[in-house]
Amino acid sequence: MAAIKLDGLTKVYPGGVRAVDDLTLTIPDGEFFALLGPSGCGKTTLLRTIAGLEEATSGSVRIGDRDVTHLPPGKRELAMVFQDYALFPHMTVVDNISYPLKIKGLAKDDRLGRAVKAGDELSLDGLMQRRPAELSGGQQQRVALARAIATHPQVFLFDEPLSNLDARLRLEARTFLKRLQRDLGVTTVFVTHDQAEALAMADRMAVMDAGRIRQVGTAREVFQRPASTFVANFIGSTPMNLLSGVVRGQAVNVSGQIVQLPGDARQHVTDGQDVVVGVRPEYLSLSQSAADGALRGVVAIVENLGTASLVTLESDGFTVAATVADGEEPAIGTDAWALPIPGRTLVYRREDGELVDAPVVAAVA
Amino acid sequence: MTPRDFVGRIGFYVLIGLVTAFFALPMLWLVGTPFDEQPGLALSVPDPTLGNFSELLDNRFALPSLLNSVLLALGTAVLVVAFAATAAYSLSRVRIPGRDVLLYLLLLLSSIVTGTAAMVPIFLLMFELGLIDSRVGVVLVLSGGLLPAAIFILKDFMDSVPKSYEESARVFGASAFQILRDVVVPVIRPGLATIAVWTIVNVWGNFLVPFILLRDADKQPAAVLMRTFYTEGGAPNLALISTFSLLFSIPVVVMYLFVNRKYGFRFYGGIKS
Repeated sequence: MAAIKLDGLTKVYPGGVRAVDDLTLTIPDGEFFALLGPSGCGKTTLLRTIAGLEEATSGSVRIGDRDVTHLPPGKRELAMVFQDYALFPHMTVVDNISYPLKIKGLAKDDRLGRAVKAGDELSLDGLMQRRPAELSGGQQQRVALARAIATHPQVFLFDEPLSNLDARLRLEARTFLKRLQRDLGVTTVFVTHDQAEALAMADRMAVMDAGRIRQVGTAREVFQRPASTFVANFIGSTPMNLLSGVVRGQAVNVSGQIVQLPGDARQHVTDGQDVVVGVRPEYLSLSQSAADGALRGVVAIVENLGTASLVTLESDGFTVAATVADGEEPAIGTDAWALPIPGRTLVYRREDGELVDAPVVAAVA
Repeated sequence: MTPRDFVGRIGFYVLIGLVTAFFALPMLWLVGTPFDEQPGLALSVPDPTLGNFSELLDNRFALPSLLNSVLLALGTAVLVVAFAATAAYSLSRVRIPGRDVLLYLLLLLSSIVTGTAAMVPIFLLMFELGLIDSRVGVVLVLSGGLLPAAIFILKDFMDSVPKSYEESARVFGASAFQILRDVVVPVIRPGLATIAVWTIVNVWGNFLVPFILLRDADKQPAAVLMRTFYTEGGAPNLALISTFSLLFSIPVVVMYLFVNRKYGFRFYGGIKS
């Protein structure tokens, strides 16, 4: 078991693409950590650099108390599960699981014993003599996991572990992976582009964009208090309302309508500053009658989300979406008022998209 | 089905039957004539005898020439498979500018290298190298001619092996050689089998290269020996030619059936997983 420490890690591909840009991050021992971001943000490159499949251009990678920056992947004592599982098609399940042990020079009885034990833990008994082509997607994933577990690594790396499963199996696998990680207590880093997956599984997560980390935190922190408009846009099954406005005293003027500034933001803004007000649809209460401090609009679209509905209001110069419980949807074309729940409104600087209480960075490289 | 369709269909089958018979005639001749007391060029019901075989065995070059063919074919197959596999692997994994052009050029030129057009320079080259009348020389020339096409076909197989297989093995600590031996080669085994058989068949039937490069009659392969089966009068000795042709064909057919059963032939990559 070991913590992972990245310090100033940079990966520049030939051709000049900075896939990972001066990244510093510590993942404590035993944590289930998610790297989240849109495609091309560098999350997979970061994972591959930790694995040693890509060589860092500069900076260092430490696992436990060892500096592994220049070690080949096989000497880093980690196990990786690939997106396509990378099971060897010509080997049976038991051979697949014991192959890494064979590479490590274990005697045949020893490695078969460990392979069978790992297979049993993941309920693969009865499938041990099959080939990967004869297994379902979920079974293949468990074989890949068993192969990783059998090597007793210090660190697990999962590359998009759930993306090859169908929607229903994905939910099961999510719970299963989370339990497995907790039982084993091995530091685990996984890459995903699905924010719901990261929120559900990870102890903490890093939201990445363009090779940099935009925010690190627990699921709750990242969901409730996104550090920038980029994170706000990316996290949440319904996108956050981001309304451009101008500070006027204790409030923000959004296209002629007034939103109260939250208390903690007041000291960080100046009168006349350009800001973006962010509030999640879940944190807006909708009413059919005028309310003080609420945004007025005409109901334009009602989308059914299952247990709730997403109502989009159109107003002069902006649109705002709010969720309502099912059965309480207003009629399309009627007026409605969306009132932010106190303490859930966030204010971002318009020029760099960061929260107004964040320190101003002089120049963005 | 209208009567018109019916007649049309009968006509179609008759045509197919005639075409099949036309192509079957040489095969039937090959199978029947060696057992005929009076072998001729016409296809006839054989007057059964094994005399042709004993006459063939009296020729002191007949059986050794088959062994020579085996030596040349296996030698070339080993060289071609080993070099084509490693070359195709690196060409598939390393990005070189102009790689595809290089491959197409190789493929184009290979038809000339062992072709008749290049025979004189190849002979001179082998002469300078002191490889005239040497099996090694024949194997080298044949390998050189077959390698480009073999690399071209195998590269397609290599391309179809997902990189994640190798990376997965690398993370477990496997060396480059272990990855090649344990992962890549088993996955592309049908491709390797195809290349090996294709090479053997090519060498087995090649007349020109061993004919020109080998002087010693004791070294000549079966395909070259065939041309010596004439009677004292100068007429072709059909008894020997037909019998030897049959013996000459059997190993290739047997090998083909065996390999096809064991690995299956494929000229394209792709993995069932």
